[in-house]
Amino acid sequence: MKKHLSMLAGGVAAAAFAAGAAQAESVKIGYMATFSGPPGVLGEHNRDGFQLGIEHLGGTLGDLDVEIIEADDQLKPDVGKQIIDRYLQSDRVDFVVGIIFSNVMMAVYEDVVGSETFLISTNAGPSPIAGESCSEYFFSTSWQNDQLHGAAGLQAVNDGVESAFLIAPNYQAGRDAMAGFKREFEGHGTIAGEILTQINQPDYSAEIAQIAAAGADAVFIFLPGGMGVNFVKQYASSGIDLPLYSGSTVDGTTLPAIGEEMMGGYSSPNFWAPDMDTPVNQRFMADFEERFGYIPSVYAAQGYDAAALIDSAIRAVDGDLSNKEGMRDAMRQADFESIRGDFQFGNNHFPVQDWYAGEVVSDDQGRATIALGDMVAEDFQDAYHQDCAMQW
Amino acid sequence: MSTTLLLIQTLNGLQFGVMLFLMAAGLTLVFGIMNLVNLAHGSLYMMGAYFAAAATAWTGNPLLGILFAIPATLLLGVVVEFITLRTLYQRDHLDQVLCTFGLILFFNELARVLWGSAAIPMAIPEALTGFVTIIPGLIYPKWRLAIILVGLLVALLLYLLISHTRLGMLIRAGASNRPMVGALGVNISLLFTLVFGLGAALAGLAGAMVAPLLSVEPGMGDPILILTFVVIVIGGIGSIRGAFIASLLVGLIDTVGRSFLPALLRELFQTQSANTIGAALASMLIYILMAAVLFFRPRGLFPPKGR
Repeated sequence: MKKHLSMLAGGVAAAAFAAGAAQAESVKIGYMATFSGPPGVLGEHNRDGFQLGIEHLGGTLGDLDVEIIEADDQLKPDVGKQIIDRYLQSDRVDFVVGIIFSNVMMAVYEDVVGSETFLISTNAGPSPIAGESCSEYFFSTSWQNDQLHGAAGLQAVNDGVESAFLIAPNYQAGRDAMAGFKREFEGHGTIAGEILTQINQPDYSAEIAQIAAAGADAVFIFLPGGMGVNFVKQYASSGIDLPLYSGSTVDGTTLPAIGEEMMGGYSSPNFWAPDMDTPVNQRFMADFEERFGYIPSVYAAQGYDAAALIDSAIRAVDGDLSNKEGMRDAMRQADFESIRGDFQFGNNHFPVQDWYAGEVVSDDQGRATIALGDMVAEDFQDAYHQDCAMQW
Repeated sequence: MSTTLLLIQTLNGLQFGVMLFLMAAGLTLVFGIMNLVNLAHGSLYMMGAYFAAAATAWTGNPLLGILFAIPATLLLGVVVEFITLRTLYQRDHLDQVLCTFGLILFFNELARVLWGSAAIPMAIPEALTGFVTIIPGLIYPKWRLAIILVGLLVALLLYLLISHTRLGMLIRAGASNRPMVGALGVNISLLFTLVFGLGAALAGLAGAMVAPLLSVEPGMGDPILILTFVVIVIGGIGSIRGAFIASLLVGLIDTVGRSFLPALLRELFQTQSANTIGAALASMLIYILMAAVLFFRPRGLFPPKGR
């Protein structure tokens, strides 16, 4: 109740003074991602991208100084919730940015948007947020979870794959991945077999032997992080050479370990790759490696765009951070130079963008990297946007 | 299900089991003889993989990398025993768990600091890439076959060491009755250091040999540690023979179960959920085995005599 009163008082005060008087001098951002454990590499890439985004804007967002409060959710929803409480109650941040994993996102989502604080997801995109629980305070600079797998399905259809073998870990995201692939693939081809594996399974020899026996002509895997590295290495030495389609598996974070094995093969489909031909991306690629010492992955690109999105919002309201409606309307326009080129936001504030196949190639220094391949889906929109009541 | 598939899965199970044996042999000796619960055994396995990958990147030859990893992990094991574990032998298991759990966190963080949080590459030795045709229609990766052979060779050497040498006699005596061995004037602390170093070297060998097949990343030792404990509990703590048989049992049941149980359930029930249930059930199989063994033989299949 106290909080509401003070907010009301703030509103009255803002109304009483002229619009210019409410202008803040700095913008406070709570950046939370997963930095610990094996998936910590995703958080690192994402954070570095976000940081470079701010640096490219002259160290400011919408000409305001930036104060970033960084935290590690440790991939634990309860830890994430505590951090978010601190962001909202004591730090009083203007934006919450980051969040790599959907389970952490689901734990904190209602708290953030319920407090009318903007939440910019730089990775996680669980289906409820794209559908019935969508909010005007939420924006994504990445994608809705299913789209990766849907794009892989479309890619297999385009290649004329007739029967596919599916492997994913036995948990919600794994089952969703299979559903996402099938949604686009079934009707064009058949499923030769599907296996749900244990989470963090080290050895896939038993599954690989079953692929050989099933008589499929392609394999789809959703095995993020170390699981995918395990699978790809073992697959490469198994003697099976069916094309490998994947979601969230062969990307910039795993290529240093499996580049040799995947050379000439497909990466997981995406909306961005290091060789993307946009002016913003050329600048990003030129500076990123020099600044951080590694080839950026798509997670870095997603972080980078979050900075530009926030910049466009603050700029549109001339730094008046209390004008949330104004910032929301500005962000809906996606009116900034995106690293991925032109895109729009759908009614649920998830990007509607082109998806491409990727190919694993070696760069001029002989390292494995991803080159943009054929477009597999133009203006690809997620499958849940009809369930979102928000229209604008 | 075809015979070829069954044969391949048996080989896969054997390979997995042999790898588990390399881990379990060291852990069961340390637990059985020194009465030390060493949760950091998985970290030694991880360090073995990292040593192999780093030395491979250095020399360009994976075989040299693997050969380097074994003495390096042995040395690391001896240093860890000397610095941290020595003071814990007289303490109760909870203190040991606390300390060795701390070591897990330490080594995971050390790997991240030294090599970064992303997985690092490691290739299969040139001569052992590719596959062999065992019988027509049955091809199998050479490297996995090599792991099976090395594992069986190590098992044989361990058998000779334990059953036919003076050191082995002391180790067996230590597993059966520790205070008595000390009372007979044997330098127990040297014996402990040797046993721990041996266990570490075996874990390092396991890590180095699977490095070309697995993701070499911080925390890679954690999942394997749990399975290793299951193996030594089934086999009987302190028994190398028990560890060997239990490793193969767990490896085979896990692999064959994973590949045939979901298919079997699909035949029986013909529903969508058969897949999910089959996968969940397959991952429980070895724990069911452990519970069954403990019910009928609470001290494992082959407990050391005289305790």
